[in-house]
Amino acid sequence: MKYKSQKVAYWFFAAALLLLFIQLFYGFIMGFAHMGYDGWHNVFPFNTARAVHTNLLVMWLLIGFMGAAYYIIPEESQQELVSVKLAYIQLITFLAVGVAAVIGYHFNYWEGRKFLEIPRPLDWLVVVNVLTFLGIILTTLYKGKKRTTTSLVLVMGLVFAALLYLPGMIWFDNQTLDSFFRWWVVHLWVEGVWELIMGGILAFLLIKLTGVDREVIEKWLYVIVGLTFLSGILGTGHHYYYIGVGKIWHIVGGIFSMLEPLAFLAMALFAVGMYRKGEKKHPNKMALYWTLGTAIMSFIGAGLLGMAHTLPQTNLYTHGTLVTAMHGHLAFWGAYAMIVFSFITFALPNITGRKLYDTVNGQLAFWLSNIGMVGMTMAFGVAGVAQVYLERILGLEFGAVQKEIEIHFFVLVLLATMFSVGIIMFIIEFLKYGKPNDEAIGMEEIQLKA
Amino acid sequence: MLSKSQARTFFLGGTFITFAIFLGLTWNSLVNEVPEQTNVHNLTEAVVRGKTLWEENNCMGCHTIFGEGAYYAPELTKVYERRGEAYIKATLMTDIPWAPRGRKMVAYGFSEDKANDLVEFFKWVNEVDLIGFPPKPKKVQ
Repeated sequence: MKYKSQKVAYWFFAAALLLLFIQLFYGFIMGFAHMGYDGWHNVFPFNTARAVHTNLLVMWLLIGFMGAAYYIIPEESQQELVSVKLAYIQLITFLAVGVAAVIGYHFNYWEGRKFLEIPRPLDWLVVVNVLTFLGIILTTLYKGKKRTTTSLVLVMGLVFAALLYLPGMIWFDNQTLDSFFRWWVVHLWVEGVWELIMGGILAFLLIKLTGVDREVIEKWLYVIVGLTFLSGILGTGHHYYYIGVGKIWHIVGGIFSMLEPLAFLAMALFAVGMYRKGEKKHPNKMALYWTLGTAIMSFIGAGLLGMAHTLPQTNLYTHGTLVTAMHGHLAFWGAYAMIVFSFITFALPNITGRKLYDTVNGQLAFWLSNIGMVGMTMAFGVAGVAQVYLERILGLEFGAVQKEIEIHFFVLVLLATMFSVGIIMFIIEFLKYGKPNDEAIGMEEIQLKA
Repeated sequence: MLSKSQARTFFLGGTFITFAIFLGLTWNSLVNEVPEQTNVHNLTEAVVRGKTLWEENNCMGCHTIFGEGAYYAPELTKVYERRGEAYIKATLMTDIPWAPRGRKMVAYGFSEDKANDLVEFFKWVNEVDLIGFPPKPKKVQ
């Protein structure tokens, strides 16, 4: 940490982990419901649990990205954040809107559009909040001494993410159009601009952790985000196969979404390559674990598992089944949850001045959460493939098939428990670091020289 | 070897070109495909009221429609054809949770008018041309 204002990131990370913890609870409710135990149906019906689970995910990831940006931008542009006070207000109001939305979901107050359930009046508050965030970041960058590629890519990702929220706020009478433009938000976020954010954070981490020359890392960053957009924008077509638009999307979506794993493959090769090339041995070993981990897991979860059911011929059968949940879990974990975890692990010692670089707890958190999530993905996969064969190919009735695959949710819940233990260990580790500390300013540099 | 500025040109150029194509294809879909495939002339006020109810109650939180939503409850794209009007209305109007094979649905207890609007919505959804979705099961001997 070089600048006092970077400390604000700590509270964003704390908030992100809190929301993640609550997210897990709702995940278990759904896991048990799928096993046939829906005793809490009256308090937490499935659609409530589902909306809370996914919305908390999106919220904590965004809060994590914001925290990372508040840490990275001062350091990259060599300028204190223009207003720390406003950043705190922005965090508190963002949380307030999020919590209000989530509480509303328990009282049938929402806009039931997958992932975008936040009701319209609250949407406007999100917009104001995100504009405040961008205002702080952009003014800091503008006032700063330097504008590095890493910071520009990160900021570009954040600005586009904000802009792309808007198509999701338009009302359509036609369900097809509703769905069409909902994907402008959801797809172009996760398979577009969020990858810019991820790429920016990854580049920053690799510069710090490996010591490879910035010019080399940033050159490859351009290649990666170039591949992302080249494949991801037209790859949106894989959501348009069966929603009431024409066959042209089968061709365009099929071809370009087959190319989508390339960006993630490039990211994995890039991270591992830079690690091997780097001569600096940064003492923060856990940060390196998470950083290489996110690069590899995002390729498997988002890249390969996405590709597995992206061709229209396959998707005709897997569309709208648990196969999607299989891909979704490892994709979000590998690409976005893990990049936030990487950043938290990297930044915490620098913010608090405590060097818990390689602890047993930290190792356990890494391995339990990752093995747990891979196992959950496999359970979803088995359930999903069984569902496809029984329901879509043999034509058994939906409910009968669900009865047959209940057992896989038992396995799922078991592995989700393992995953959750990993997350709890990560949170314990987070708490052990203690609060941000001004004495930590400049410590990282002194230490690296020694 | 690739230079940084070439890499940047690749990024900006690729993004611009693919986004332009994407906008073109979007325009084509909105003008040439959607009106016909979704029978916009049949989008009556009742259908729109049904769609509003569909959203206000987050039906997508359990069901899928056009294959989109959650995977806890049946696909409803063809529910009008599969179950018919009476069955749909019964599930929507009941005061106790509809629970086929034990899996509960929220008991919405809708009025007859609201249930009719949702039926109109499902009827419209049923007729949208999804080019082959949901797939027909294979005949097994």
